[in-house]
Amino acid sequence: MTAEQIIFLIVAAATLFSGLMVVTSRNLVHAALWLVATLFGVAVVFALLNAGFIAVVQVVVYIGAIAILFIFAVMLTRKDLRDHAPQLNKGWWSGAFVAVATFAGLVFLLQGWSGFSKTAADIPSGFDAVSQLGDALTSPAGYVLPFEVASVLLLAAMVGAVYVAFTRK
Amino acid sequence: MIPLSWYLILAAALFSIGLFGALSRRNAVAILLGIELMLNAVNINLVAFWRYGDVTAMAGQVFAIIVFAVAAAEVAVGLALVISVYRRRNTVIADELDLLKW
Repeated sequence: MTAEQIIFLIVAAATLFSGLMVVTSRNLVHAALWLVATLFGVAVVFALLNAGFIAVVQVVVYIGAIAILFIFAVMLTRKDLRDHAPQLNKGWWSGAFVAVATFAGLVFLLQGWSGFSKTAADIPSGFDAVSQLGDALTSPAGYVLPFEVASVLLLAAMVGAVYVAFTRK
Repeated sequence: MIPLSWYLILAAALFSIGLFGALSRRNAVAILLGIELMLNAVNINLVAFWRYGDVTAMAGQVFAIIVFAVAAAEVAVGLALVISVYRRRNTVIADELDLLKW
């Protein structure tokens, strides 16, 4: 086993454990903090995949914005935290069954695929992933249209969120 | 080197955990937390396929960036809806939001 594999296994175990705590902890503030741990684990996985820019965006956007937004939302709806009612609904066992079946089905499907256990080729020397990504996002031959659509989507979501959460006097 | 299968199995497990959270939690904010886990699992897959496929084709990373944008939009609107519902109905339990149930 190489050092990289050991790091991956530790990070993956930590990520999955925090993910389980996100869906099982009773206190929603704790669940949101476990989500931060999960997102950080995923950022380390991105770094292991040589996608440094994506790892940084994961930390800035997910942990810096989305997880903090979750903590704010939990605190603004805090009254429901104090109840001692069950946190899982009555049909939780069927949800668990669907989740396990999805995992088993995905692994079964992937095992039949020929590229399942292939290893990564070395990154060519002098290859700059960040500048390539910038080119791809802004060149008309690349992905400028999805990029612009994503910006319009963010604008629409911002206007919608402000409108929905606005208090009328 | 780490084989591709490890990343795919990690992503499948994280997706399943998120799916369980989205299906089984009663609190609407917790359901959104489960959806975030699922979106992250998809991102692991996208970036892993970029790394193990043709590195010079940036489609995997571009799609991962767009998933980030969609996740941010989804969380902003979703949490605004939850807070708006909480103000009007004084609950965030998904079972009790049965206004549209016949």
